Amino acid sequence: MSERSGRGPHPIPLPHPQGASPPGSRCFAATTARQAGEGEGEAVSPAGDAKKIRIATCSLAGCFGCHMSLLDIDERLFGLLELVEFDRTPLTDIKHCGPCDIGIVEGGVCNAENVHVLKEFRKNCKVLVAIGACAITGGIPALRNNLDLWDCFQEVYCYEGGLECGQIPDDPELPLPFDKVHPIYEVVKVDYFLPGCPPPADAIWKFLTDLLNGREPKLDYEMLHFD
Amino acid sequence: MYRSDSPGLSRLLTPILQRHGRDATRLLQILREVQDACHSVPAGAIDLVAAHLDVPRVNVEGVAGFYSFLSAHPAGEYRLLFSGNITDQMLGKDELMQYLCNKLWVEPGRLSEDGLVSVDSTSCTGMCDQGPAALVNGWPLTNLDHNRLDLIAELIRSRKPVADWPPMLFEVADNVHRGDVLLGQPFEPGAAIRATLARGAKETLAEMDKSNLRGRGGAGFKTASKWAFCHAAIAEEEGGVICDVGGQPERFIVCNADEGEPGTFKDRVLLNSHADLVFEGMTVGARVVGASKGFLYLRGEYRYLLQQLEAVLKRRREAGLLGGNILGQTDFSFDIEIHLGAGAYICGEESALIESLEGKRGRPRNRPPFPVTRGYKGRPTVVDNVETFACAARIAENGGAWFASIGTAQSTGTKLLSVSGDVARPGIYEYPFGVTVRQILDDCGAQGRSYAVQVSGPSGTTISWKEFERKIAFEDLPTAGALMVFRHRRDLFQAARNFADFFAHESCGFCTPCRVGTQLQKKILEKIQSGHGTASDLEELKRLGHILKTMSHCGLGSSAANPVLDILEKFPDMYESKLKAFAFEPAFDLDGALETARKITGRDDEWAHL
Repeated sequence: MSERSGRGPHPIPLPHPQGASPPGSRCFAATTARQAGEGEGEAVSPAGDAKKIRIATCSLAGCFGCHMSLLDIDERLFGLLELVEFDRTPLTDIKHCGPCDIGIVEGGVCNAENVHVLKEFRKNCKVLVAIGACAITGGIPALRNNLDLWDCFQEVYCYEGGLECGQIPDDPELPLPFDKVHPIYEVVKVDYFLPGCPPPADAIWKFLTDLLNGREPKLDYEMLHFD
Repeated sequence: MYRSDSPGLSRLLTPILQRHGRDATRLLQILREVQDACHSVPAGAIDLVAAHLDVPRVNVEGVAGFYSFLSAHPAGEYRLLFSGNITDQMLGKDELMQYLCNKLWVEPGRLSEDGLVSVDSTSCTGMCDQGPAALVNGWPLTNLDHNRLDLIAELIRSRKPVADWPPMLFEVADNVHRGDVLLGQPFEPGAAIRATLARGAKETLAEMDKSNLRGRGGAGFKTASKWAFCHAAIAEEEGGVICDVGGQPERFIVCNADEGEPGTFKDRVLLNSHADLVFEGMTVGARVVGASKGFLYLRGEYRYLLQQLEAVLKRRREAGLLGGNILGQTDFSFDIEIHLGAGAYICGEESALIESLEGKRGRPRNRPPFPVTRGYKGRPTVVDNVETFACAARIAENGGAWFASIGTAQSTGTKLLSVSGDVARPGIYEYPFGVTVRQILDDCGAQGRSYAVQVSGPSGTTISWKEFERKIAFEDLPTAGALMVFRHRRDLFQAARNFADFFAHESCGFCTPCRVGTQLQKKILEKIQSGHGTASDLEELKRLGHILKTMSHCGLGSSAANPVLDILEKFPDMYESKLKAFAFEPAFDLDGALETARKITGRDDEWAHL
C-alpha cells in the first residue's frame, strides 16, 4: 500500500508541442502515422472535438485481463480522457470500429470472427498495438494448439459433464474456430507490441503517453520484467 | 513402457551403472548407454540413474531432454536419422526419406505401430562428401540410394541386428584429394613428443609462438597465447586458490572433436587416419601447460570411430607415449579419455563443451572467465580443435619457423577444407592459407559453373561468384573448414531455409534472443516459402537478424542470421521472386485453417469462410 500511496497523483505529461496544431499532424512514432505527413490534418476524430485522439480497443481470444490492467491506471484515466476519446471498446459498447488513431488489440486469433474484427481494426486504425501475451504469441488459448480440434469439439459438446444428448452445433451465429490459435501479427500488420500478462498499468500508461506525445514508445527494463 | 520398479529395467541398467561408478560427470555417457539399451530414456531409468549418482532427478531429466540422440519416448529398435544438411538435400534426401517411410509404413518423425522403427531427420552427420547419409542406431550409412534403402527396409523388416548388416552400407571413405603438411607427409608416432622433451617445455612454447599457429575451429585465436595463459593461470574459487597437486591446480587438455558445423568433416578424416598426430599434439600441449589429463570430446555422430580410437590410445600407452612416465620421463604423465557427445551442435562451443564433459546440459557459460583460467571442474583448461592439435604436433616436430614459412603472414600453415555440394570430387583438400576460392573450385571440379559458396558452414559467410578471388585466410575468409558449393540455378532460398531450421533446432534455449529469434526467423522463411511473403517480411528478417547478432548469449545466436541475411543481400532475387506483395499478407491460409472446423460442424455458410 505504501508503494501505491507513494506514487501519488500522476501529472499528465501531455503538452501540445505545436500549440493548436491539429492532431493529425502530430508525429505518431509509427510509420503509418508518419506517412500521413505534415499538413494533412484531416479529421482524425469524426466526433465533434477535433483535438482528441480516438482510440479503439477490443479483446479477441483473451481474458480481458489487459483491459483490466488498462483500467488499473486509475485516476490517470481522467487525465487521459481529456486527450482521447474512445471508439469501439468494451467501455463504450460500440459494436464496430470507425476511423481511429490508435487501435489496441488484446488476445490472439482463434476463430473467423476474430479475423473480421482484427481486419476492421487494421483498416480503421492508424496505429495498431498488440497488447499482452495472447495477442503477441497466442498465449494461454494457444495451449490448445497441441490438441486435435476434433477432440476439443467432442470434449466440449459431447463428453462434458452435465450434457444430455450433446451434439456439435452448426449454427452460423457461432464463430468457427481455426485449427490453431495464432498471434495477431500473423493476420495483420502490427505496429507495436506491448508485452506482459497483463502488461502492468504503469507500462500501459507510459506506452500511451509516449505515443500521444509523439515519442517512440520505450519501456524501461523495470516495466518489462515480471519476477 | 519401463517403470522404475520394473525388475527388467533394473536388470538392464545395473551393469551400465556399475561400469560408470558414482561419478556424476559420467551422466551423459550413462544416458547414452541407457538409450542404446532401452531405445529411449524412460522415466524409470531417470529415477534409477538419479538415485545411483545421488543427484537431483531434475538434473538427470534436464540432461536427458537436452541432447537430440536421447529420447523420452521410445524411438524404436531401429532408429534411422537422415542427415538434414543442405548438401544431403541437394542429393535428394527428402525424396529418399519419404521413399523409405513408404516402404516401412511409417510417418517421418513417428514410431511405427509395432514399435520397430522410426525415421526422422537430424542435423548434418558429417558425411557431406558421400551423402545422402543417415545414422541407424548411431552408426553411419553413406551413399544412400533407392537400392540401398530397399535393402535397409528388408533388413529392418527381417529384424536383423544392425551389427549383422552388410559392412558395405557403413563404408566411410576419407576422400582426401589434396594433402600437404598434415595429410601428405608421414608421421612417426612419438616424434613430436621426443622433440618436445629434447627441446624443453618452455622452448616448445616459444616454437609454438614463432609458428603463429591460430586455432582451426574458426575463431583463429593464437594457440601459443592460449597455452601460455593456461600455464600461467591460477585457479581460484570463492575463498581461496585451488591447489590440487604440488601447490598447483590440475590442468586439462581438451580436444574439441564435436565437429557439428554442417558441411565440415575434416576432423572425421584426421581422427580416422591421423589419430596419432592428434593425440601427439594433445600430449605436447600437456607437456607445455603441465596437464596430466586430457579429453577427446567426440561428437555422437562419430561414435563409429570410438573403438579404433581407443585402440590407438591403447597402442600409444603400450609404446610409452601415453600414461605414466611418458618416454621414461618420470615427471611427465598424461592420459586421454574419450567422451561421446549425443547430438548437440552447441557443444562445439568450448564452454558448452566443458559443461557437457562435466555431464551437464551443453549450455555456454558466461565468458570471462575463459576456460584457460576456469574450465573443466573450474581448473585451467585448454580447448583446441582437432586440426590445431595436429598442427601443434607438426610444429613440435619441425619447429615454428618451418610452419610460419607456409601460408600468409597472418595465417600460417595449411588448412583442411571439407568440400561438398555441386562439385565433381567432394572431399578433403589441404591447402596453404591464402588459396583463392577459385583455385579450390577448379581443383575440385566445379568447372566454372559455381554460383555461390557457403564458407565455414551456416555460421560463416555466403559468397557469390563475384567474390571467388577472395582468399581462405583469417584476414579475408576465415573458416573452420567447410566449403559448400552451389551451382547455377540452385535455389539458394532453400539453403537459407535449411540453415534457419538448423539454428532453430540447435539453439540451446538458454537466452531468449536466440531461442525465440531463431524460431521467428524460421517462421518468416516458412511464410515466404508458402507463398505468403511480402516485402515487409524481408525488413522484419533484417531487424530480427540485428537482434540475434547483438543480443545473443553466445556465438550460435549471433551467427544464426548470417546465412539468411548474406543470401538476402547477395542474391535478393532468391527471396524477391517468392514474394507475393509489397504490403502485408497473413502468414497462413485463413480460409484453409477453417477447413477442419467446417468438416466437424458440417457448416458451409458465409460465416464459415474467410
